[in-house]
Amino acid sequence: MGFVAARLHGQIPMGRYEVLETVALADCALEIDGVDLDDLFATAARALAELMVDPATLARDVERHVDLAAPALDLLLFDWLGELIALKDVEGAAFPEVEVHVESGTPCRLRGRLAGGRLHGDATVALRADPKAVTFHLFRLEPCSGGWRARVVIDT
Amino acid sequence: MKTVPIADCIWEIPPTEKAGMRVPARIYASETLLAGMDAGVFEQVTNVACLPGIVGAALCMPDGHWGYGFPIGGVAAFDAQDGIISPGGIGFDINCGMRVLRTSLTEAEVRPRLTELVDALFAAVPTGVGARGFVRLDDASFGDVMREGAGWCVRHGYGWPEDLEATEGGGCLPGADPAHVSARALARGREQLGTLGSGNHYLEVQVVPPGGVHDAAVARALGIEGPGQVLVMLHCGSRGFGHQVGTDYLRLFDGAMRAYGIVVNDRELACAPFRSPEGQAYFAAMTAAANTAFANRQVITHRVREVMSRVFARDPRELGLSLIYDVCHNTAKLERHVVEGVARDLVVHRKGATRSFGPGAPDVPAAYRHLGQPVIIGGSMETGSALLIGTTHAMRETFGSTAHGAGRTMSRAQAKKRVWGESLMQDMERRGIVIRAASKSGVAEEAGFAYKDLAAVVDVLHRLDISRKVVSLTPMGNIKG
Repeated sequence: MGFVAARLHGQIPMGRYEVLETVALADCALEIDGVDLDDLFATAARALAELMVDPATLARDVERHVDLAAPALDLLLFDWLGELIALKDVEGAAFPEVEVHVESGTPCRLRGRLAGGRLHGDATVALRADPKAVTFHLFRLEPCSGGWRARVVIDT
Repeated sequence: MKTVPIADCIWEIPPTEKAGMRVPARIYASETLLAGMDAGVFEQVTNVACLPGIVGAALCMPDGHWGYGFPIGGVAAFDAQDGIISPGGIGFDINCGMRVLRTSLTEAEVRPRLTELVDALFAAVPTGVGARGFVRLDDASFGDVMREGAGWCVRHGYGWPEDLEATEGGGCLPGADPAHVSARALARGREQLGTLGSGNHYLEVQVVPPGGVHDAAVARALGIEGPGQVLVMLHCGSRGFGHQVGTDYLRLFDGAMRAYGIVVNDRELACAPFRSPEGQAYFAAMTAAANTAFANRQVITHRVREVMSRVFARDPRELGLSLIYDVCHNTAKLERHVVEGVARDLVVHRKGATRSFGPGAPDVPAAYRHLGQPVIIGGSMETGSALLIGTTHAMRETFGSTAHGAGRTMSRAQAKKRVWGESLMQDMERRGIVIRAASKSGVAEEAGFAYKDLAAVVDVLHRLDISRKVVSLTPMGNIKG
């Protein structure tokens, strides 16, 4: 089953995210909730993509796979979002649709499949911000009553 | 947090206000600007005051606002032997900076062709998320860019030799070493030379308004004759290359500082001793990114000259398109300053702050040495910008530093709720400002109301004598990401 088809079979992230409007004025502070780690990481990726582009205007003709390992879960989230920001520059693409599997442990591991499209070359693509980096300012990832919650400030 | 006025426009937060403060924190602001500063400024500037090896005080300029790690507008000097270096004191957009070119054109000459000019600039200078430039670099030539900065561009025909003299540090800071740069940083930056980026980055056609010359003699020395003269200003940095260098070393320092027994109040202030292997590696990589930013602004300058030459059918030298100056505002530089009568080597971090060296100081171009270093303060796309000149007093008061812009008063998300980008663009056009942008929402984020009153910020700098007013500039046309 192709990735986009898989998405239509119930693997859409359930999580939510909110932009914290009064934090770090020149940047973008996000609070992200997920029912589990997979959901949180996928929702964080969606939030990042929606920061870059209106996803409704972006093609879904680029697929990528990502494998990462980190010594702690929060660093895995830092690296995951950093990877997506780097792909924006290296590939010139954003990926609003993501499927992620996160394994806790030592090290923590992540396998992700990304679907998205090129940011330039199509005038109908509605560009937004150009995220520069993930910061450690107010950065946290922790379990909460509904699953997991993260706070991330993106330098834009 | 208790702020004590210690002089006109200087407010001090004593070290007793927060556990771990090694020095006071000092905020430079009028009473009105101080009252308008968000809580993040006070929290962050006092966090900076806790860092090892800090000298004098942790400073925040009048354009200060909540950033990450340091506040925006933050300045701190650390002893070069015992102090630290921190990516959070520089920012990810290493050597983000401002550049301004004079022209011999008047508003009357430019106004009839303004739309054509702005459209041509927008076509020639890639903007927005994911944009790629026209310069193609292999690993070896990218290494040369890192080592040579703007000099590489001039050597390859993307500038005039005299551009280098009019650039901070000659457009090339010493100590860059590509060996300390990751393959990921190379991959991110390889195709971005000559691109503007997004956010508050811009390329702007400006004019000196009536009454805009505050110091005619200094203005004349900068090549500005009076109202009606058109200038071109640009604001951008090291793009994805610098962003990745910052990311790589923030991540490294986050783990490494434990080995050095360093504890910070904000994880974004992760740091390493300047003389440690990690600190030296970051300094070499950060300098490589700073030089790449100089090169980026130089390539854009080349594009501006090409476009204006085409639009006005005259050679760029006939158009008087020479560089007035190029300043950094996100760097750490090794500088010698006199502290309590003793010359000391310091690692001066400026994050959203500009160098403001006075007359006779080193690294001020020969043509300006009797005046001081030109200072470029970028304002909002609606309200304008300012040129100032560095002062001797800044060398004593702020490690030769001043503000970098107007400073935000509200977040990007808040600004977008108050105005639509498209309607703002139409409104600006009715007011005679032609704007082209890769992102309409990005225009809304940069609305004038999202920024402090630039004149109020500049007045404080002038009153403090950490830089002096020379010329005010108003926008005619703007391109952004």
